Formats: sequence, C-alpha cells, structure tokens
Amino acid sequence: MPENIAIAGATEVEAHHAHPPYQRHHFETIGQQNDATNFAMWLFLLTEIMFFGGLFTAYMIYRNWYYPAFVEGSHQLSIFWGTLNTAVLITSSFTMAMGVWCAEMRKKSALVLCLVLTFVLGLVFLGIKSIEYHEKWEKHHVPGIRYSLDSFLNPASDHEVYQEYHDKPLPLDMARHTELYFFLYFAMTGMHALHMIIGIGILAFMIIKAQRGAYTTGHVTFVENFGLYWHFVDIIWIFLFPLLYLISRHAN
Amino acid sequence: MSDTIVVLPDQATARLPKKSYLNKENGLLSWLLTGDHKRIAILYLISITFFFFIGGALASLIRLELLTPQSDLMATDTYNKVFSMHGIIMIFFFLVPSVPATIGNFFIPMMIGAKDLALPKINLLSWYLYMAAGTLAIYSMVVGGVDTGWTFTTPLSTHYVNTHVITTGLAVFIAGFSSIFTGLNFIVTIHKMRAPGMTWFRLPLFVWSNYAASILMVLGTPVLAIALVLIVLERTIGIGVFDPTKGGDPLLFQHLFWFYSHPAVYIMILPGMGVISEVISTFSRKRVFGYTAVAFSSVAIAVFGFFVWAHHMFIMGISNYAVLVFSLLTMLVAVPSAIKIFNWAFTLYKGSVTFETPMLYAFGFMGLFTIGGLTGVFLGTAGTDIHLTETYFIVAHFHFVMVGGMLMAFLSGIHFWWPKMTGRMYPEKISQLAAVVTFIGFNFTFFPQFILGTLGMPRRYASYPPEFQVLNVFSTAGASILGVGYLLPVLYLTWSLKYGAIAGNNPWQATGLEWQTQSPPLTENFTEIPIVDHEAYDYEWLEHQKEKEVASA
Amino acid sequence: MSHISPVLWQFLVKWMTDFSLFPPEASKIAPQMDALYFFMVLVSLIGLTLVILLVVGFSLLYSKRRHPVAVQIEGSTLLEATWTIIPLGLFLVMFVWGALIYFRVYTPPNNAMNIYVVGKQWMWKAEHPGGQHEINALHIPINKPVQLTLISEDVFHSFSIPAFRVKREAIPGRYTTVWFEATQTGTYHLFCTQYCGTDHSHMIGEVYAMTPDNYKKWLDSSTSGSSLAQNGERLFASLSCSACHNSRPDARGPNLVGVFGSKLTLTDGETITVDDAYLRQAILNPSQHVTQGYAPIMPTYQGQISEEGVIDLVQYIKSLDTDYRLKQTTTTTTLLPESQGKAAPAAKGMVKQ
Repeated sequence: MPENIAIAGATEVEAHHAHPPYQRHHFETIGQQNDATNFAMWLFLLTEIMFFGGLFTAYMIYRNWYYPAFVEGSHQLSIFWGTLNTAVLITSSFTMAMGVWCAEMRKKSALVLCLVLTFVLGLVFLGIKSIEYHEKWEKHHVPGIRYSLDSFLNPASDHEVYQEYHDKPLPLDMARHTELYFFLYFAMTGMHALHMIIGIGILAFMIIKAQRGAYTTGHVTFVENFGLYWHFVDIIWIFLFPLLYLISRHAN
Repeated sequence: MSDTIVVLPDQATARLPKKSYLNKENGLLSWLLTGDHKRIAILYLISITFFFFIGGALASLIRLELLTPQSDLMATDTYNKVFSMHGIIMIFFFLVPSVPATIGNFFIPMMIGAKDLALPKINLLSWYLYMAAGTLAIYSMVVGGVDTGWTFTTPLSTHYVNTHVITTGLAVFIAGFSSIFTGLNFIVTIHKMRAPGMTWFRLPLFVWSNYAASILMVLGTPVLAIALVLIVLERTIGIGVFDPTKGGDPLLFQHLFWFYSHPAVYIMILPGMGVISEVISTFSRKRVFGYTAVAFSSVAIAVFGFFVWAHHMFIMGISNYAVLVFSLLTMLVAVPSAIKIFNWAFTLYKGSVTFETPMLYAFGFMGLFTIGGLTGVFLGTAGTDIHLTETYFIVAHFHFVMVGGMLMAFLSGIHFWWPKMTGRMYPEKISQLAAVVTFIGFNFTFFPQFILGTLGMPRRYASYPPEFQVLNVFSTAGASILGVGYLLPVLYLTWSLKYGAIAGNNPWQATGLEWQTQSPPLTENFTEIPIVDHEAYDYEWLEHQKEKEVASA
Repeated sequence: MSHISPVLWQFLVKWMTDFSLFPPEASKIAPQMDALYFFMVLVSLIGLTLVILLVVGFSLLYSKRRHPVAVQIEGSTLLEATWTIIPLGLFLVMFVWGALIYFRVYTPPNNAMNIYVVGKQWMWKAEHPGGQHEINALHIPINKPVQLTLISEDVFHSFSIPAFRVKREAIPGRYTTVWFEATQTGTYHLFCTQYCGTDHSHMIGEVYAMTPDNYKKWLDSSTSGSSLAQNGERLFASLSCSACHNSRPDARGPNLVGVFGSKLTLTDGETITVDDAYLRQAILNPSQHVTQGYAPIMPTYQGQISEEGVIDLVQYIKSLDTDYRLKQTTTTTTLLPESQGKAAPAAKGMVKQ
C-alpha cells in the first residue's frame, strides 16, 4: 500500500492518538516503549559487564603470576563480614524483586515497603563494607603511600589472622605484590560500592515517587529496569565474593 | 558539468514549509532542552565542527613545525603537547561522534520510519556529556596541555610526564560515555522502532553500518573507560597495576587500550561507509550492488574488529604465536572492506551516474580508502610491520583511512543531506571545487608520508634528520591546500542557510524514507507512520510514486 | 634558470642531493623484507588501478548523458565470491610470507654475538661484552650476526635501524631481543620510534657497521678497562652473592657454574631453560624462581641494582663455565680495594642511594 507512505507537505495532519500519560509521544504503543527501555537497560548492563571485565582480566593475570601473594592477601579479608554482606545483598535483591511484583500488582504501600527495605539493606551493605575498609586502613593495607608489608613479611605479628591460617612469611618480592591484590580488592569492591551508592540514590528518588503512586498505575518499566540494575550489581558481588574472599583460601 | 544537477519538478516551485523542526519552538532554551533527535544532531554538528577546527589548527602547527628539520617553531615539549592534543581532539571529539552523532542522529529515526530515537533524553544527555568532556579537554589544553600522545602509553603517562593527564583522561572518559549512550540509543532504536514493514533487509545500508558501529561503541568503550580509570588511579595513588617495579605489567594497559582503540577505528569508519552506500546508490539511480553482502560485511567488520587489537603490539614482545593469530585475523578483517569497495564500484555499472558534490566526495573516499586499507595490510603483515610501524607510514595509513576515508564520507554526507536538514541547497559549483581541492590537498599532504615512513622517519618527532626535509615540505604545502578545502564548505554552507536555493522534499530523487517528507522535516518526522512495502533503494517504486502523485494532482 | 634566486637554488640543490625514496638495504634481512614489501606494493597498485578503472570507467560509460535510465541489478553471488576469495587469498599469502620474516627477525641464531642496549629518557646506552660503552651509537661488525638484548630503565622506547629493517620495543621490566647481520659498511640512523617524552626526537644515534678488522680495532681502542663480566664479578662480591652461591656442597644457593643455557626444575615443578631473561627475573623476583631443592631465602634486589648492574651480573653468570673462577671470586673478594676501603654500594652498577 504505497499510498500509506506519508508525504508531509503544506497540509499536515496533527495526528495525536489517545494514549496514557506515561507513554512518550514518539512511541506507537506502550508495549513498544516498554520493550525499548527494557532492551536499553540490558544493553547498558552489557557495557557494565565490559567495564568490570577490564578489572576481572587484570585480576586473572596477576592472580596467576603472584599466586602466594593473592592467597595471603585473601586471608586478610573477613569471611564473616563477607558472608553477611552477601546475605544482605541477596536479601535486598529479593525485596527488590518483590517490589517489582508489588508494582505490577498495583499494591502501593507494599511497594513502598519493599523499596524502603531494599534501600535499608543497601545501606547496611555499605556500612559493613566501610567496617571492612576501615580495618584495612588501620592495618595499612590500603595501596599507596601508607601501605605496610608487615602482615606478610611477619605474619605472626598479625595475631588474629595468624591463629587461623598460620601463614608462612612471604619473601620480600612476593610480599610486595600483595599491594596489587589489595589494589584490585579496593578497585573492584569500590567500583561495586559506587554502583550501590548510585542505586541507593535512585531508590530514594523512587521511594518518594512510589508514595505518590507513580508506579502503581500499571506502568512499571522504571521499577522493572531499576530491578535489573540492582540484580546486576548483586551478580557482580556474587562474582567478587568468591574471587576475593574464598578461592584458594586454604591453599598453603 | 552544468547539466548534471537533477532538475526536479518540485524544486522550481518549492517553498519552505511553514512548520518544521527548526521553527516549532524558538529561543536558545528550546534548543538546549530539546528531545528532538534532529535538533540534537544540529547541536552536535555545530560542536564537532568547532572541535574539528581546533584539531585542525593544531594539525597546521604540527605541519609548520615539520617544515624544517630543527625544532625551531616550538620547543619539543610544546610540539609533543600539540600532537597529543591534535590526536585526542580529532579522535574522541571529532571522528568518533562525527557521522553517528550528526547524520546518524538526524536520519536513523527517519530512515526506519520512527518519530525519534528510542531514548530522546539519553540522546540529549549524550550531547551534554560530550560538551562537558570537550570543555574539560579544552580546559586541560589551556592550562598546559598533555604530552602523552593520544595513546596514553604507560608508564610514560603514569609516572614520567608532569602534564594534565588526569584532566584529559577524565575528558576522554566522559566522552566515552557520550559515545556509549549514542550507540546504545541507536541499537535500541533500530531494534524496536522500525516502522511496520521495515524488515532488517529493507533497512538502508547507512542504518546497517551505524548498527555495526554502535555494537562496537557499546562493547568497546567501557574497556577504555576502565583503562583510563586505572591510569588516573596509578597516577594519583600509585597502585602499581601498570608499574613493572611493583610487579604490574605495562603491556596490560596496551591490551586494554587497544581492545577499545582498534575497534574504535571501525567506529569511526563504518558510519562513513554507510554514507557512501547511500550516496553512490542515489547518484547512480541504482540499488546498491550486493545489498546483503554490503550489510553483512559491516557486521563482519564489527565482529572481527574485536579480535585484532594486538596487531598494535607486534614489536612489543608479545608471544610469537599471539602475533601469528592476530596477524591472521587482521587479514580476515581486511576482506569485508574489499567487498564493500567492489560492490560500490559495481553499483555504478549500468547505472545513470551524475556528479554532484556528494558523489565527488564519495569517489574521493573510494580512492583514498582503498589506499588506506591496502596499506593497512602492510602493517597487519607481521614481517613488514617491523619496519613500517611507528614511522610516518603508519601516520599516512591512518590519515588515509580517517581523513581520506572518514572525513570525505562525512563531507559527502553533510552535502547530501544538507537540503533535508536545512531545506536549502548548497551552491553546487563551489562545493564541487572544494571537493576537488580537498582531494588534491589530501594526497599532497599524506602521500609523501608513506615514503617518509618507508625511509624510516619515526612518528611524533619534533625534529628530524635533514634528508627527510623535501618530503616534509611537500606535506606541509599540501596541508595548506587541504586547509582551504576544509574552510570552503564552512563558508558556503553557512551562506546557503540564508541564500541557498529552496531544496524541496526530494532534490536528489532518493529512495530513503527521510526523503519522502518535507524539508526541513516536521518535529515528529512523519505525519503518519509509514508502512513500508518495498526494498531499500527501489527506484522503480519511487518512479511509481511520482506518477501517482502527478495523477492525483 | 638564472632568474631563480640563489638562496632558493641552493635549497633545491641541497634537497635533491639529500633526496631519496628508499632506504639502503644494509642487512641480510633487508632484501627479504623488501621483496615482500614490493610484492605488497605491486598487489596494492593492481588493486588500486582496478578500483580506479572500475569507478572511472563505469561512471563515464554509464553517466546520465550516455545512459539516462539505470538498469536495476540485484547483485551477483559469483562476483561476490570472486572479490572475497581473491583478496583473501592474496592477504593469506602476505600473512604467511610476513610471518616467516617476522620469525626470522626475532629468532637469533645461536652463534650471534650479544650486545646489551639499555634505553632511558632520552638516550640509548649500548654495552658490549668487552665492557665498551656507547651512548647513542652502536658499533658492529658486518657479516656477523649481532643480537641485541634490549631493556628500558623507564618508559617504553623502541630501537629502530631502518637500514637494517629491524625494530624492537625496549620495555621496562623485561628483556626483548632482536638480531641482524649487517652486510654493508657505513653509518646508518638509529631511532627511538616509540614516543617517550620531551626529547623523544633527540633520542637518535648512529650505527657504525664496520669490517671485522676495523671493529676489532675499535673494540681495542674503546675499552673501558674491565669487561661486563668483570664488573659483574665485582658486583657479585660486593652484594655478597657468593655467601650462598659458592658452589660448595653445603651452599644455601644453587651452583651458578654452567647454569646459563641449562635446564632447571623449579620448586613448582616447572622446567625452564636459563637465559638472560630468567637470570634477570631470578635476581629481581627470586621467590618466583626458586630452583628445586633450595629454600626461598634469597632477598630481592629490585631497586638496588641498576639495569646495567643486572646486565653485568647476568654477563658474569654467563661467563662462569668453570668452577675455578667462582672460587677465585669467593677467595679474592676480600682483596679487592672496593670492599675493603669503601662502602659496598659504591660498586659499579648499584643504585646510588
């Protein structure tokens, strides 16, 4: 039907179909709009994977080269806090998923509750992370000028860790490479925490909007897409936790 | 060639439409807060032109310095900053966004029959990121510049230079996000916003090539981002990832950097190839020869393009076997480009060829890109790479591809779509002259550099042994011609905004959906979303349409 | 011509005499590489001519004036296959040919003489085994394979001799090698081609390819008094390496006599061949290179010895082919003036603290 090709000329027709207020003017249907934003979110997560991919590559290479340093470095991390944090994060993913469901079901107060829970759990995660960071700071395990090799050259001086693992002292050249381990630890968890902070910021914004009923009108794409982001951040942690805390912990 | 311009029925009587995207709203704010892809494209066009001329000014400083063997115009440090900023500005602020962010932004939605890109706000955000990045880059240049080269090679950039690496790195980082958002927007738009009947194999090839480039943008740029973050951290707190004395490996940076920066050259050239497909088809009144082959060759370039990055490191002591693999893959990525060139050439066969400015630029592209592409094979071949890499040969090679290829394609596209964007024609005669001047100037500038490179003259030298002077003088002389060639379009295109002939809807009688609307288009592009029932480049369909129109009139 | 200004005329004459289009072929690999180069030039010219002929030919033959109505053609699978397979075939020929040359350039023959080259901002320092040092110059004999072992003290540099068609990056933290065999005497350019900072363009020098006789004369006239191995011996003593590496049965470190070129099994079970790169790594990162049967007690010398010092040590260890010399060192070190009078770090090759 070639005549259907619109030739816009002097006589133009203002074609405005009736559509819900949340449908942007350039989409034909709300389905198309949801599809498009959803797809965009997945693509964005793909770029995030590539972004973290650079760090994972560096981790893989240096772990391979400086294995003993990475093992003893990982002994400095607290399994307790790490596991707790993993649990917190997975729970927050659950509350987020519940939130999406509530939005779909148009349950406003339940949605707000879920979002608030997710928000709080996110903060708890960051709080625990900062306890861990603080510990590293006190032990001079933050790469840069204050970095100290004591725990690795003389593990016995580090009572708590020593009691558990009985690490052998690392030779100086290997001990130096623990700095790379801690850099990667901070870079990867820091990058992850940054994503959490951004996520928490958006959550705060969403809580306010949800209270006003913005997501319980049947249009839930925003909540859904944010859910994707939140789960993605969760998944990154699911990779970070074993790589940094668990693997080869008992190797020597 | 006075009679080569297509004289069209509607052009004589054409009037500028009363309503268009240009006058829907007025005032600066209506532009700065716009969500209209066409207005954002115009914003991009203005800003990249600005950065192109900054980069160009730096280029002319380089050529002036190289007029004599001594470093007499400026100190070596200054020269190093000049060529670094030239590279950074031209690559990240001109070439990467050039065609996609301007022509692509403007026409991809129109070509697929959509009212806008899928994410208009993200599109505007991408322009703001670009401007923020550009401002930061200019700032870092004003306060003292950076002298790492655009490649930010470690450990030079992290431990040994004392210039504004962090600011510039940050600028490139932000510009990267701008390009990620553009690419992401295109992919979503092309997937989800096509008009009814617009199947993948009815898409214009310009859309295909931008789609391929977008994949590279989305997957490659984040890796550059993380590499730059690591550089900044290494410089500020000395983390040691790239520092051999701390057990880090500077080659890791090379891998991360080229993992983006090799695909980046395809990000730059692929959209240009798309322009050439449109132009060649339109001005030979014929469907692009081997449509499917050209479409898939774009995708092949994007896919193979991700697996050739280490050919930048053949002499850096990577394993010999890695060299074998990457050299072989480089040969494979050269083939799709050859396919494209031959298909374009055969599009002319039994066509009805006219020689308007866009076509002249497209011919220029084909010649120069062929040279650029073939000399790329010299560098992808492991043996000859040893002698030719890091010399002026490589400089000439990528300028043939980037300037001879991409810039020619960009100018071709700008001329081709100018009537649609502005509603007015550019002046034909002088623009044909500009195309010829550019072509001549370009060859004068860059061809001698192949010989210089073969003789062994290293790149990035502020001073050089005197026996290289003759060829450098040629090159500088050519650059001044080239400069005129680039200045001319700015002048006459600006002139044409007010005084150009009214273009009418479809001055080239092209088949794309964008030509079936008024020029300049309405904000919503189409009064009614088109239903597509014909292949791309279907000139018989177009004839049919015209007959119908006449009949109904 | 008389009306041309004399200044311009002088310039023109100077230019034309200096002018060249192709670098001299002064090494054994040069003609081989040039053969491939010209093959590629030929293919490129044919390809380019073909494209130009097609474009110009078609656009003249089928210009609107001559051919007002276009004939729509979909494409041709046969043609697509042709211009896929023929370029691919040609590129593959280039790939194989190029790979062969690449392997030749970077695989030194066993009988090559070795010269160490250290790059730093902004100079090249060459160290001949006999202890001759040069800066931004390299003297080499013709008709003899010469291997260069390159390293950088700071940033990436790249050692390039266009007349020999060889180039290799000098990288901080690891040795790279390249070799060539000069065929013509003469003086050739030596460039740093990897951008390395402010005076990158001043990091150039000359390669002097000499007849073996002249080279010998040059070696004799520019001796610095002690060979690299002798420097290394002194450093070995002043760093007290001999406390452990003394080839006694109860020694705490492995015996270094004849270790160069031998196969070693490391504690992690890996078997390696001892070469320059291994020795360098073993001195700077000893804990990752512990010979099987020994404890990882060796301290690292990272940051304590300059790259030249490492080269001296490596050269010394290479020169240890009999037990005798090592014993000499262990007994005579105390007699050396350095370790008696001055503090140990004064030995050549140690980093000044």
